Amino acid sequence: MVINRLMNKIEIENLSLQYADGAESLRGISMGIRQNAVTVLFGPAGGGKSTLLRCLNRLNDLTDIRTSSGRILIDGENILDPKTDVIALRRKVGMVFARPVPLPMSIRENITYGLELAGEKRRTKLNEAVERSLKLAAIWDEVKDRLNDPAVALSGGQQQRVCLARVLALQPEIILLDEPTSGLDPISTGKVEAALQELKKDYTVILVPHSVQQAARTADHAAFFLQGELIEYDNGKKMFTAPKEKKTEDYIMGRFG
Amino acid sequence: MEKSLNWREFVITRAIKASGYSAIVFVLLIFFFLMREGLPAIGEVEAGNLFSLRWYPIEEMFGILPLISGSIIVTIGAALIAVPFGIGTAVYISEIAPRWMREILKPLVELLGGLPSVVLGFLGILVVSPNLRILLDLPTGLTAFTGSLLLGGIAVPTVVSVAEDALDAVPRAYREGAWALGATKWQTIWRVTLPAAKSGVLTAIMLGVGRAIGETMTVMMVTGNAPVLATRLGSLFSPVRTMTATIAAEMGEVANGSVHYHTLFLIGIILFLISLTVNVLASSVVFRTKKRAERILS
Repeated sequence: MVINRLMNKIEIENLSLQYADGAESLRGISMGIRQNAVTVLFGPAGGGKSTLLRCLNRLNDLTDIRTSSGRILIDGENILDPKTDVIALRRKVGMVFARPVPLPMSIRENITYGLELAGEKRRTKLNEAVERSLKLAAIWDEVKDRLNDPAVALSGGQQQRVCLARVLALQPEIILLDEPTSGLDPISTGKVEAALQELKKDYTVILVPHSVQQAARTADHAAFFLQGELIEYDNGKKMFTAPKEKKTEDYIMGRFG
Repeated sequence: MEKSLNWREFVITRAIKASGYSAIVFVLLIFFFLMREGLPAIGEVEAGNLFSLRWYPIEEMFGILPLISGSIIVTIGAALIAVPFGIGTAVYISEIAPRWMREILKPLVELLGGLPSVVLGFLGILVVSPNLRILLDLPTGLTAFTGSLLLGGIAVPTVVSVAEDALDAVPRAYREGAWALGATKWQTIWRVTLPAAKSGVLTAIMLGVGRAIGETMTVMMVTGNAPVLATRLGSLFSPVRTMTATIAAEMGEVANGSVHYHTLFLIGIILFLISLTVNVLASSVVFRTKKRAERILS
C-alpha cells in the first residue's frame, strides 16, 4: 500500500458499517484512491464492494443502517459529516448501476435532467452537454438521429452507455461504476471498458467489475474484499500476477467464489 | 394412466374456457336487455320533452338533462377531491412514510374501502350535512357539494390502493438513478417515480371516478334529490338529483312496460355510455403514450 498520499483523491479512514438487517457490512476499511486512475474493487458477492461504493456518494443514507464509523475524505473534506451538502456531493461523485435504468424520458432528457436539476437552463449549453457526454460514452453515433425517442427503447448495452453519459453530463470528478457490464454482451462490454480507459484521463474512476477477468483487464489499482474486509490492495498488474495473500491468490485462480 | 391424464387436462381447459366466455356472454346479455328495455323510450317520448328541464314523471314530463347534470357535477366534484388527495396519500405511503407507518396505513386504507356506502350516507346525513348548512349558511345541507365530499371519500381508498401498488412496483433502481444525479426526494417523485407509474396511476383515477359515477346509496341520501339543472357554480351548493339515485328511487314503483319504465332504462343506457367513455378515454391515454418497448419493459 505504498501509494503516495498527496496524489490521493479519496482517503478512506477506518470505515466500518453494518446494515440493520445484518446482511452485509464493512469492517475497518482504510485505503487511498488515486486520481486519474481506474481503481477496481473486487471479490465474491457479499464482500462489501457495493456498500463501500454507495458510501462514497452517500446513497446509503436511504438504507437502514445500524452502525457506522470512520471517515471518508474527498479532497480533504469528510463527506460523512452530517453537514455535508449531499446533493452537491452526488453531482461531484457520479454513479452507474448494474442494471441500466434509463429514466422514463427521452434520450436527450435523460442526459439533460441532472443539469436541469443543477439549474442549467441555457439550450446551447444543454445541447453541447448532450453531444459531448454521448460521445465520451461512445454512443453518439448510434443515437444522434433519435435523441427524442424514449431511452427505454434502446438495447441494454445502449441503455447502459446512455446512463454513463447521463453521469458524465454533470462533469463529476469521480465516477463510481457498480458492475456496469453485468448484463451486457461482449461487444458492448468492450465499448464500456474502452470508454473507461478514456475517462480516467480526466476523472477518478472506481469500478466494481462483474468478473475477475474484467478486474484484471481494467485495473490500475485493485482492492480485494472478502466478507467486509479489505484483504489486499495493490497495483493492478502485481495483484493479478503475483498476489501477496493466499486468499487473494485462491480467489483469482478460481479456487473459491 | 396416460389417457385419464389427457381426459382431465381436457376437462379443466374446457372449464376454464367456458368460464372465460361466460363473462363475455353475461356482459352481452345485460347490454341487450338494457337496449331492449331502454331504446323504446326514444320513440315514446318526444325529443322536446326528453331534453326539457323538468323531470316530473307523474305529469309525463321526462326531461333527463337535470339528472345528467346532477350526476356530472357530483362526479366532477368527487374527482377533484379524490384524485389529489388519493394520489397524495399514495405517494406518502409508498415514498415518504417510515416502514412502521406504512404497515399501519395500508391496511387501514383498505379497510376504509370496504365500508358499506350506506354507512357513509349515515355519516353524511347526521354529521356532514347539518354542519355544512351552518358553516356555509345554506337553506339545506343536502347539496351536490355534500354528495361530492362523501363520494370523494368513497373513491379515495380505491385511488390510494391502486396508485400505491403502482408506485410500489417502480423498481428501486429508478429512484437511486435519480438520487445519484443529485435529485431531491421530491424531484425524484415528481419527475421519475410518478411518470414511471403513470399507467397504474391513471388506472387508479379511472377506477376511482368509475366508483363515484356508479355510486347510488350515498348520493341518494345526501344530495337532496331535487331534479334541477345545474347551470351556475352556485348550483354546487343546492340540491341535485343524480341518474343513479333516480333509477334506484323510482324503479321499484314504476309500472312494467310504461313510458316511465322505458325512460328509466334509457337513463341506464346513458349511464353505461358515460362510464364506457371514461374507460375508453383513460385506456387510450395509457396506450398512446406507450411504445412497444415500454410495454415489454413493464
